[in-house]
Amino acid sequence: MLRYALRTLARMAVTFLVIVTLVFFATRISGNPLDFILADGLTSEDRAILIRYYELDRSWWHQYLAFLRGFWDGQFGLSFIERRPVGTIVLERLWPTAQLLLSAMALTLALALPLGILAAMHRDRWIGSAVMTLAFLGYAVPNFVLAVFLILIFAYWLNWLPVVGNATAWHFILPTLTLASGLVAALTRFTRNAMLDVLGQDFMRTARAKGLSERAVILRHGLRNAGITILSVVGLQVAGLAAAGSVVVESIFAWPGIGELLVRSAIRRDYPVLQFGVLTVAFAVIVINALIDLAYAWADPRLRQRGA
Amino acid sequence: MATLADTPARGPAGAARTLWREMNAIQRLALALAVILAVLALLAPVLAPFEPNAQSLMNRLRPPVGFERARPGYWLGTDELGRDLLSRCLYGLRLTLGLAFLGALIGLVIGGTLGLLAGVRGGRTDALVMGAVDTQIAVPFTLIALFVLVVFGNTIAVMVLVLGLYGWEQYARIVRGEVMKLMRMPFIEAARAAGAGPARIARVHLLPNLVSPLVVQFTLSLSNIILLESTLSFLGLGVQPPTATLGAMVGVGRDFMPTAPWIVLAPALSILIVTFAVQILGDWLRDRADPRLRKR
Repeated sequence: MLRYALRTLARMAVTFLVIVTLVFFATRISGNPLDFILADGLTSEDRAILIRYYELDRSWWHQYLAFLRGFWDGQFGLSFIERRPVGTIVLERLWPTAQLLLSAMALTLALALPLGILAAMHRDRWIGSAVMTLAFLGYAVPNFVLAVFLILIFAYWLNWLPVVGNATAWHFILPTLTLASGLVAALTRFTRNAMLDVLGQDFMRTARAKGLSERAVILRHGLRNAGITILSVVGLQVAGLAAAGSVVVESIFAWPGIGELLVRSAIRRDYPVLQFGVLTVAFAVIVINALIDLAYAWADPRLRQRGA
Repeated sequence: MATLADTPARGPAGAARTLWREMNAIQRLALALAVILAVLALLAPVLAPFEPNAQSLMNRLRPPVGFERARPGYWLGTDELGRDLLSRCLYGLRLTLGLAFLGALIGLVIGGTLGLLAGVRGGRTDALVMGAVDTQIAVPFTLIALFVLVVFGNTIAVMVLVLGLYGWEQYARIVRGEVMKLMRMPFIEAARAAGAGPARIARVHLLPNLVSPLVVQFTLSLSNIILLESTLSFLGLGVQPPTATLGAMVGVGRDFMPTAPWIVLAPALSILIVTFAVQILGDWLRDRADPRLRKR
């Protein structure tokens, strides 16, 4: 297990280093990085001073190391719109995003697991196809289109729910629903397929034969075994969907989270904020995936042996 | 694995008839919709009653035909600048589908080539390609797209590049897996014994066997790319105004939702129809190619 954990950690570090390196070189090959780091309207003397200051006259190798050192020291530059340290701006945004993601995840688990099990148990009856049709809709309707429909109906026509910001609990409803729709769809599909694989296994027949109630068979023997497969999906698929979804959902509902920050800084070309924001989210996704990978290995000893 | 080539072929028309008979009502509807949408997109310049960017101050914010204050001729109504929504939807559909098609094609070429290389050469090439695939999977693509569009500027060319990069890793994984499976088969061994080099084996023996998984993946990635493009354009990061894409129309129309909801509804419903049709066809092709799934 320790060897597996170390290997996961090493792979995580390499992935992140690759991403940091790509970000560094993307900014260098697309022109003078000063154009990204600094606002317009500089005199040529100012420019010369800044080039010296940011060591842009040194070799790219030296600059690359300095860029990496920035991560170590927590120096990521200033936002050139807000004139505040980039790190502070991004950190302020983490909690609202975490709140939104947690409520969407809670709703997703509460809906997708029962729905997936239901669809697997009744796959040839109308209830199974009804669930799968719902899952298809959740999957095929883009987040922003769903958000537009929800806003039109619940905010403008019925006047029931607010749509801007995160001031009260009411503000959570529409963003959470929007974000969860895609996640519920994906997880329901995977829960169903994982349960279908498990339902045909011999140990399920044994569990029934020894007289357990159907409920105990499904939950204790079925779900626990399907859970391992589901866990791996929650990691890769859901982390990606949630990151992409929160960018969209936060900007639609003016949610003061990191996704809204990314879009805003992209539109305003606030380059230092965008760069650090992208790297932060990438880092978070990689860490979460690594953790889930470890949980997966812990739950399924075969994986550790294989060393994946 | 059942392939498209398994269909008892009595020429292309016969194959098409067999496929049609296999589909259920919803899948037939999706196919019909997809054909109609493709025709609408191709013929947009002929069909559109107005120039997509032509403004008319007298006809601003007109609702669709049948509502109060509607102007005849503007079937779906007009937007805040008096532009005809039907024409903009047609041109938007054209651009959205065109970009998605181009993007999926680029992804196919990049991913297919890398997957083929990884599968045929193995060893270090394989490790390198799969490392790149893992890195790509590890980072949500929306982030990469945001970053690239800002750093390299959001022109149509960069947009096509971004859409092309989306999903290449899926092609690479599928092609690599298929190639590795095929390489162990006797007929490849025989070809090698007969003196065929790697290039000839790839062209003559591998490619024909890769067509059907690639077609499936192409359709699936088409719908993902449509989603990505309309999302980016919706956020104001994709194709820039006044050029009409469906996503951008929803994004701009958002501000008029309380008073003129049709500005948002026309393109939003168009996007729904497009993604439904493409997604249903993609799911159908995938299930068809995988007999394990066909039972479900």
